[in-house]
Amino acid sequence: MAAYHGAPMAPVVQLSSAVALLGRFPVLAGIDLEVDAGEVVLLQGPNGAGKTSLLRVCAGLVRVVEGNARVLGSDLAADPSIVRRRVGYLGHGSGLYADLSIAENLRFWARSATPGSGHPDAEIAEVAQRLGLGGRLDALSVSRLSEGQRKRAALAVLVLRRPELWLLDEPHAGLDRAGRDLVDELIAGAVVAGATVMMSSHELDRARLVAHRLVTVAGGVVTDDRPARRG
Amino acid sequence: MAKRLSLFAAAVRLVAGKDLRLEARTRVGLAQVLPFAVLVLVVMAFALDAESELLVRVSPGLFWVTVTFAAILMVGRSAALEIEPGVGDALRLSGVSPSALYLGKTIAVALQLLVLEAVLVVAIAILYRTPLAGWILGAATLLTATAGIAALGTLLAALASSARGRESLIPLLMLPVLAPVLIGATRATDAALGTSDGRQGWPWVALLAVFALSYVTLGALAYRPLMEDS
Repeated sequence: MAAYHGAPMAPVVQLSSAVALLGRFPVLAGIDLEVDAGEVVLLQGPNGAGKTSLLRVCAGLVRVVEGNARVLGSDLAADPSIVRRRVGYLGHGSGLYADLSIAENLRFWARSATPGSGHPDAEIAEVAQRLGLGGRLDALSVSRLSEGQRKRAALAVLVLRRPELWLLDEPHAGLDRAGRDLVDELIAGAVVAGATVMMSSHELDRARLVAHRLVTVAGGVVTDDRPARRG
Repeated sequence: MAKRLSLFAAAVRLVAGKDLRLEARTRVGLAQVLPFAVLVLVVMAFALDAESELLVRVSPGLFWVTVTFAAILMVGRSAALEIEPGVGDALRLSGVSPSALYLGKTIAVALQLLVLEAVLVVAIAILYRTPLAGWILGAATLLTATAGIAALGTLLAALASSARGRESLIPLLMLPVLAPVLIGATRATDAALGTSDGRQGWPWVALLAVFALSYVTLGALAYRPLMEDS
């Protein structure tokens, strides 16, 4: 996270000829990609191109079977689990317990990030408030929330974990306009705080505004990589 | 070392607390598993007619078979909690080690089973008119056998959780492997109730403790690969 304070650092993500399999199918077919600290990289490409798999590989959730893969300095080919505590992954599932309230979910997931130290309830309440989940919603079980509210709750967990690398799979999906604006604010805030962001999105017009780089993925490899034209 | 142990214990408490809170919210154990277990005892009483001597004699076996049926439902439910969309990924990304997750879930299942067993003991005393005696041996049997059932059940339910038809797979896996625990628990309970020599009960309790310890160790070691494969 210190890249913003001067000294050049190794890339946060370094994939070189990386191959990952889903069963026998190569979801990443020798991908090359480097992401520097503080960058916001937008992954684009058709369905099934490998965007989600790329994010999951970077999270240490899918093993790299060939090639080199380093994330936050850790060799994922050797042990993908070592990087997991340092990344935040927002996937298609909310990752929340449907029968617990939002507050209970936030408390559990925040404390599970650092067992023993705990997050103060005040901080959890503040994040919930910021994500538009305060007040009555605090006591509602997740099963009674709308898709957008669940997405907000999942984002709140991400914020509480304070990851160094944010991996967001379709973060704008299912959110209303205010929610989508909130996602953009969170991404900008994460970068200011020193994090790096990789996201996939089909809302390209919106996502291009916050991204520094556009990376096109197709067939499990990078087919295009260019700076984003912002604003 | 002490700090690592304390962090591990905190993670175990966190997971056990979460599972117990989920049970308190949904009340599946209280509203479904407990009535089911009591019903099994009632049906057995009808099936064996009101032949009270026979009922007393077989009550330790019926008790532990009923507990096993209830445990199958409880561990299935416990494993199902972690397959909600995205939860498996979130757990792997969390700071909770697989061993802590396993132990937390085992403790939550064991505590729920102990509550259920307390109710079943009373039910057996009323329905079968089984005289309750040998409290210390009985309590030791309950604790050690429950620990073994919960430890093995939690492990096997996790093993079955990603398979199709996991509801039928869990009993298929659990019943044969739990047979030694069932035999030990039944013999120790027999001794506790005075239907056999009380002194013969403690070796069975010791054996149950060995089983429990072995299952807990196996589960703590095997849970990481199980989580990775899920």
